[in-house]
Amino acid sequence: MSRLPSGGRIDRSQPLSFSFDGKAYKGFAGDTLASALLANGVRLVGRSFKYHRARGIFSAGSEEPNALVELRTGARREPNTRATTVELFDGLSAQSQNRWPSLDFDVMSVNGLLSPFLGAGFYYKTFMWPAAFWEKLYEPIIRRAAGLGRAAEGTDPDSYEKAYAFCDVLVIGGGAAGLTAALSAARSGARVIIADEDFALGGRLLSEQHPIDGAPATSFVAKVEAELASLPNVRIMSRTTVFGVYDSGDYGALEKVSDHLAVPAPFQPRQRMWKINAKQAVLASGAFDRPIVFGGNDRPGVMSAQALRTYAVRYGVAPGNSAVLFANNDYAWSAALDAAEAGVRLTTIVDVRTEVAPALTARAKALGTRVILGGEVVATSGKVLTSVIVRSGGREETISTEVLAISGGTTPNLHLTSHFGSKPLYNKELAAFLPNTPPPGMAVAGAAGGHFSLAATLRTGAELGAAAATAAGFNATPVAAQAEETPSGISAFWQVKGARGKAFVDFQNDVTNKDVTVAHREGYRSVELLKRYTTLGMATDQGKNSNMAGLAIMAELTGQGIGETGTTLFRPPYTPVALGAIAGHHRGKDFRPTRPTPSHAWAKERGAMFVEAGQWLRAQYFPKPGEKDWLETVIREVKATRASVGMIDVSTFGKIDLKGPDAGAFLDRVYINMFSTLAVGKARYGVMLREDGIVMDDGTTSRLSPEHYVMTTTTANAAKVYQHLEFCLQVLWPELDVQLASITEQWAQISISGPKSREVLAKVVDAPIDVSNEALPYMGVAQGTVMGGVKTRIFRLSFAGELGYEIAVPARHGEKLVRALMAAGEPFNITPYGTEALAVMRVEKGHVSGSELNGHTSARDLGLGKMASTKKDFLGRVLSGRPAFLEEDRPILAGFRPVDKTKRIRAGAHFMAIGAEPVLENDEGYMTAAIFSPTVDSWIGLGLIKRGTERWGEKVRAYDPVRGEDIEVEICDPAFVDPKGERLRV
Amino acid sequence: MRIPCPYCGLRDSHEFTYLGDATVKRPDPAAPNALDTFSDYVYLRDNPAGAHRDLWYHASGCRSWVVLERDTRNHAIGGATLAREVTP
Repeated sequence: MSRLPSGGRIDRSQPLSFSFDGKAYKGFAGDTLASALLANGVRLVGRSFKYHRARGIFSAGSEEPNALVELRTGARREPNTRATTVELFDGLSAQSQNRWPSLDFDVMSVNGLLSPFLGAGFYYKTFMWPAAFWEKLYEPIIRRAAGLGRAAEGTDPDSYEKAYAFCDVLVIGGGAAGLTAALSAARSGARVIIADEDFALGGRLLSEQHPIDGAPATSFVAKVEAELASLPNVRIMSRTTVFGVYDSGDYGALEKVSDHLAVPAPFQPRQRMWKINAKQAVLASGAFDRPIVFGGNDRPGVMSAQALRTYAVRYGVAPGNSAVLFANNDYAWSAALDAAEAGVRLTTIVDVRTEVAPALTARAKALGTRVILGGEVVATSGKVLTSVIVRSGGREETISTEVLAISGGTTPNLHLTSHFGSKPLYNKELAAFLPNTPPPGMAVAGAAGGHFSLAATLRTGAELGAAAATAAGFNATPVAAQAEETPSGISAFWQVKGARGKAFVDFQNDVTNKDVTVAHREGYRSVELLKRYTTLGMATDQGKNSNMAGLAIMAELTGQGIGETGTTLFRPPYTPVALGAIAGHHRGKDFRPTRPTPSHAWAKERGAMFVEAGQWLRAQYFPKPGEKDWLETVIREVKATRASVGMIDVSTFGKIDLKGPDAGAFLDRVYINMFSTLAVGKARYGVMLREDGIVMDDGTTSRLSPEHYVMTTTTANAAKVYQHLEFCLQVLWPELDVQLASITEQWAQISISGPKSREVLAKVVDAPIDVSNEALPYMGVAQGTVMGGVKTRIFRLSFAGELGYEIAVPARHGEKLVRALMAAGEPFNITPYGTEALAVMRVEKGHVSGSELNGHTSARDLGLGKMASTKKDFLGRVLSGRPAFLEEDRPILAGFRPVDKTKRIRAGAHFMAIGAEPVLENDEGYMTAAIFSPTVDSWIGLGLIKRGTERWGEKVRAYDPVRGEDIEVEICDPAFVDPKGERLRV
Repeated sequence: MRIPCPYCGLRDSHEFTYLGDATVKRPDPAAPNALDTFSDYVYLRDNPAGAHRDLWYHASGCRSWVVLERDTRNHAIGGATLAREVTP
C-alpha cells in the first residue's frame, strides 16, 4: 500500500470498494480513481495509442494525457475517461483500454518495434499500395492497433438535460484567484456563478502548503466558501466544467450531476448541459506543469511535479516508495518539497539550472534530499519506473526510484481565451504563452494570466472580480488576502540532448521529438501543419501538456523564436463533451415533439397505423382484421371512397388567417393567380412562387368576408409559408394593411370525399346551412354551426378528386366531429383513410404534392403555368420568365403507366428513349411518384419528362439502376381519374 | 448570440431564424431590365468582413422581421430595428 499513514483531504472513515481490470481495491471518499489506484500501488494503467507503450498516471487533473480508462460496464460503459478526474464511488468498476490480451502483456506493443513505419505522417506514407489492400487489410489492422476505448453497445440508460442560467459575473475556476474574484464580486450584490470542474473548491490550495493571511490555505478556502454559500446572489457550481465561450456572453458548461454515483438518483440526469449568460466573466483556470522531453519520459512512474504534490498532500498517497525531481523552476521544487514534507521519500532533485535560490536548497537539505544542479535525466528504465540515469558534470549515474517528478515550467491554462480566435502571445521571461485578447467581457486572473505566485493569484482574482462586478453595474471593491510572493525562477528548457530511447512530446498521441524533426524536414513547419501531420496536440487532452515542448523543438529547428513559431488555436470544447449531453432529452421518441392530430385518440381506437408527416403524427392507414398487407387496406380505402364516402383528418394543413383592407391585394402579390376578385364565400386553388421563380407552395384560399381570407398550405410548408408572408408584409410591402395569424392548431379540419359525402354532411350541419349543389357549389364556402351549435367553416373541395367537403371546427371539437361523421356515414359504409390512400388518390387525380413541389420546379414545369395572371405582378414573376425556365426541353409534368399492366413502376426511375444507352446525356426526366391505382387497376405514376404535355401516347423506358429495373412506360395525361373534373361538381 | 429585438428586448438567437442580407432592395418589376436587376437581387450578395446588416425573423417570439447590425468578424451587435421601419 502506498497510502501515507496520515494526512490528505480524504475521509478515512469512509472506505470505498472499487475494481480495476477485475481486481478489487479499496479507496476513500475524496479520492479520485487515479489517487486510489496509486494508493493501491497500481502504476501501470493503460497502453498508448500507437505503440502500445505502458502508460501510468501523469497528472492530477483534466489535462491528463495517459490514464484513460473505460468506466462502468454494460450500457453505461464510458471510454476514454480520465482517471484523474473520476471521483471514486463505492462499486466503481474501471478497465484499462487499448490493450490485448492484457494490460500487463500486450502483443501490440511490438508496434514499438515497427515505429520506423508508424512515425509522423505514416497514414499518408505507408500502406499506399495496392489500393485494394487498404480497406481489407491495412485499415482493420490499424484500427485494432491504434485507437482508444470502446463505446458502449447498448442504449445509454441514463438521461441528460439542458439548463440555462444568467448572472452578472461568471467566475471560471474555484482556486485561489477564482475565490477572491467571486467574493469581491459577490459582496457588491452582483449575481455571481462560480464554476469548477473539481468536486471541491480550492484548486491548488487543496494541495499547496502556503499560508494565507497567516492561516492554512484550507481554512481560507473554507471561510470563503462558507461566505459564498451564505449569499443568496451566489451560485456555486462544482463538478461543472465551462468548456466553451460563445457570442454575447454565452458560456457552455457541463455539470457532472451523477458521474460520482454508481447510478443517478431517481429523476436525476447523469449530466446537465448549461448555457450560462454572463455580463462579465473572470477566467481563473490556473496553470499546468509541462513535461520535459527526454528518453523514456513516458514510463509509468513519471509524473508532473505538481501532480506528485497533489497526490501526497490532497490524497495522502505516495505514488512510489521513493521519488526524484527533474526540473528547471522553483515551483517544481516547492511542489516536490511539499510532497516530501507530507511523507514522500524525495531522494534527489536534479535541476538543469546551475544556481537555485538558497531557501530551496536549504529546505532540501533539511529533508535529506540530494541536490544535483546542472544535471539532466537522459534515460529511464523498468516496465514501470525502477531507475533513472542522470547526467551531470560529464558523467552519468543510475539512481533507483519509483517516481520521477518532472516539470519543464508552468503553462497557463488559457484555452478559453482563444475561443474567439485570439492567438496567445509568448512571454520569454515566463517561458509561457499568455492570453492575448480574451473574448469580450472576459478578464483573466491568476496563473491562467501568467500571475503564478500565490500572492499575485489572490490579488489579481480580487481586482478582476471587483472590476467585473463594477462593469456589470455594481459598486465592488477587491477583497484582501495576503500570501508570500514567490518567483518561478524558470530557465527555459525543453528537451535533453542526446537522450536515449524514445523521447515523447505528446504522450497521448505517441508523438516523439523525432516526429517533430521529421515534420520539419518534410516541410510541415507551421504549427497548424505540425499538429495535423504528427497529431501533436490532438485528442482528448488537446495538447494541454504537450504543445509547448513541440513548439519549442520546432522553433529550435527553424531557428525562429517560440513566439514567432506561435501556437495552434484552442477551440471549444475545453474537455470532451458527451454527445448525450449535447442531445439532452432530444433523443429517441423525444428527438422532437410528437404532434398528434385532433382525431388521434379516435384513430388509435380504430387500430390505425401512424406515420410521421412533417411535424405531425398522422394516420397512415386503417387495417381491418384479415387484411394481409397495407396495400390491401389502402386499395379497400380508395375503392370505398370513390364508390361511396371516405374520411380523413386534414387538420395538419397549414392554416393562415389574413385580415385587413389590403388582404386581397396582398394575396394577388404572393400568389401567381388573382384573389382580390374572389367572391365572398368562395375558395380558390393558388400557387405561390419563390422570388427565383420556383414553386414554393400550393393550397386553397377562401374569402370569408371582404377583408377576411383563410389560406391553407401544405402540411410540410406551413411554418415556412407563414414566415414568407410575414417577410412580404414587413420587409417588402410594409405599406399594405394586413394582419396575419397562424390558426393551424386552432382549427380541426376533416375531409369527407365521395359521391355520398353530401348526404353525410347534411346529417351533421345545423340550419340554416344548406348543402345542396345550388347553395354550396364546388369551391363554395359555408359558415354556421354543426352538431348542434359548434362553430364551423365548410369548404367544398377535394384533394381526392370526388365530391367532397372539408369541415373545420374549433380544434377541441375535432374528435367529436369525426365521431359524428362516422355515425352519420354508417349507412353509406363511410371509410376512414390515411395518408397512403390520400397519396394514391392524388396521383390518380394528377394533383401535385411534395415530391413535385421539390424546390426545382416552376409553375410551368408542373403544368400550372396557365394559372399565372398576366394582369398583375406577383412575387417570382420576373424570374419565372428566365430563358432557362421557358426552354422547350424542360421536363414537364405528365402521367405514366406501364405498357405491361402487371409491372410495378417506381418513383426515382429515369426516363429515356427506348433503346437509348442509359447515360446522362440521354436522360429525359424522372418519375416523382408511383402508386398502385385500384381505379386504373395497375401501377401508375407522375413524373417530369421533356416536353411532357406534347408526348402523350409515346413510349419510353423507366430505367432504375438502383433497383435493377427497366420498364417500358407510356406517357399520358396526369389526370387518370375524371380529367374533366365532373365528379367534383355533382 | 443574443439579439436585441426591438419589440421583445434582448433574446437568445435560437429564437430567431436567419435570412440574410438586409441591404438589398427588391427592384422595380416593371422596369425594362427587370430580369437583370432581379437576378442580381436574388443571387448576388456581398460578403463583407465587418459591419453588415442582416434580416432575422423572431419566429419563437413576436414574429417580427428585424434588421440587425452585426460585425461579421466577431458578431458584435450594433443595434436592431424592425424591418417595417427600415428603408433599405
